Amino acid sequence: MSSPNRLRVAQIVFAKDLRIERRSKVLTSQIMPFAVVTLVLFAFALDGDVILQRTAPGLVWLAMLFSSMIIVQRSFAVETADGALDALRVAGADMSAVFLGKWLALVVQLLLLELVLLVGAVVMYGIELRGSGIVLLVTSSISATCGLSAVSTIYAGLASGVRGRESLLPLLVLPVASPVLIGATRAAEASFGTGGTVTSEGWPWLGVLSVFAVVFGFGGSLAFGPLIDD
Amino acid sequence: MTNAGFILGSYALTFGSILIFAWRTVKVGKRLSADISDEDKPWL
Amino acid sequence: MTIDTPTSTTASTRGTSTPATRVLGILTIAMTLWLGVFGLLLSPADRDQGDAVRIMYVHVPSVWLAYLAFIVTALASGVHLFGKRHSLQADRVAGASAEIGVVFMAVTLVTGMLWGRITWGVYWQWDARLTTTALLFISYVGYLAVRGLEGSREQRARRSAIVGLLAVLEVPLVHWSVKLWRSLHQEATVLGTDLDVSLDGLMLFSLFVGVVAFTLLFVWLLLHRSRMLTMIDLSAESGLDRALAQRRAEGGASI
Repeated sequence: MSSPNRLRVAQIVFAKDLRIERRSKVLTSQIMPFAVVTLVLFAFALDGDVILQRTAPGLVWLAMLFSSMIIVQRSFAVETADGALDALRVAGADMSAVFLGKWLALVVQLLLLELVLLVGAVVMYGIELRGSGIVLLVTSSISATCGLSAVSTIYAGLASGVRGRESLLPLLVLPVASPVLIGATRAAEASFGTGGTVTSEGWPWLGVLSVFAVVFGFGGSLAFGPLIDD
Repeated sequence: MTNAGFILGSYALTFGSILIFAWRTVKVGKRLSADISDEDKPWL
Repeated sequence: MTIDTPTSTTASTRGTSTPATRVLGILTIAMTLWLGVFGLLLSPADRDQGDAVRIMYVHVPSVWLAYLAFIVTALASGVHLFGKRHSLQADRVAGASAEIGVVFMAVTLVTGMLWGRITWGVYWQWDARLTTTALLFISYVGYLAVRGLEGSREQRARRSAIVGLLAVLEVPLVHWSVKLWRSLHQEATVLGTDLDVSLDGLMLFSLFVGVVAFTLLFVWLLLHRSRMLTMIDLSAESGLDRALAQRRAEGGASI
């Protein structure tokens, strides 16, 4: 008996995750508000229009990092609750395909979150979007999101399942994701022209982000199966 | 020696940590070995 | 190497030491004393740094040891994961080495901070080397946390090996991005963070003594620590066997 076609498995997992989100609306009703609240809290903490505008890209991506922890943990809690991952494994599904499906579903959700945060930052922190920087902004955001999602999915697979493990997730992900934070922020700054930067300064960062996404996308698909084999 | 406090402190910290770490390792090893026969220890 | 279930009940107080480790230990202590003498007394103060350079004679060997330890962890993780036997001994070496690495990384960071306080006036600077070191430290603390998660011995070993290898994967990426980051911030680095001062003969020698001493120390610590971990595994196995034997004795054929 042949195992289910890999692309098909990935597609099923991808669609399932997004369907669960569409029904439960956790992203839109809980996490997006949380992220916006974070932006507000940053304004309280930093207290200054100039400093907010200067640090806006960093604040947006910090909010992204912390929110992504919550989203990905939930994505795996759902799997544990109904034993879906185990069922897939027993059915002989290729775990790298499961990784691919969950990874892409997370990318979609994080891109939506990013849009909301960007709008929030434009409104609340006074950033101005430049035409010359749009391509850099879009490409760097997408590759940063892909990299962040890959890392989060890998470690969330490890950290989920048993109570007491979830608290390990931030400690594992955030150091590894630091290149994403650095790269995404610097690229965003270059695209906005924050602090006098020119858009062309941002392209090296796109390189870093892309390599990161490829390395952890590939490494993740390999590591995922053995990691969640419990 | 200028800044003697910092320098001696660094050395004390370094060697102190080593000593504590080594001491605890050997001590735990001795305690565990009481219950395990010499035949079963691969290094003996 | 497989560990047979402990059969004999002869107690023994011979711990993790062997004649070889005793010799190694004595050599290490001798080299370390040499390091102290040269570092604190015989070597001269630096032209620019003054006496602060003496901290380097423990700081540099510490970071060398930490990096060595993490390389050993990565190699041992690879051996466990990709070797045919999925050796638990390799896993123990990986774990022991990481524990040693974390301790010395912490020593590195603190001695570095003390050096920085004297030389730069600040405990910390966001330069590429320091930042990468700090992230590396946290990553391996995370690795040790993963080793402590529950699961069967084999599951824990495999999980740790993967996390260990992923941690190695991230190091060049972190280093690259942090380096790029700091190279763009020329205004911040008024204080030179170059530790590559021109060292004269005695200073270089002191550093060399330090590196040799700490390398011997690493081997000594690794042997003792991984043997300690072996005994922890043995105890767990024998504890399980004893419990099973007891159950069988109590329950008769009802198992």
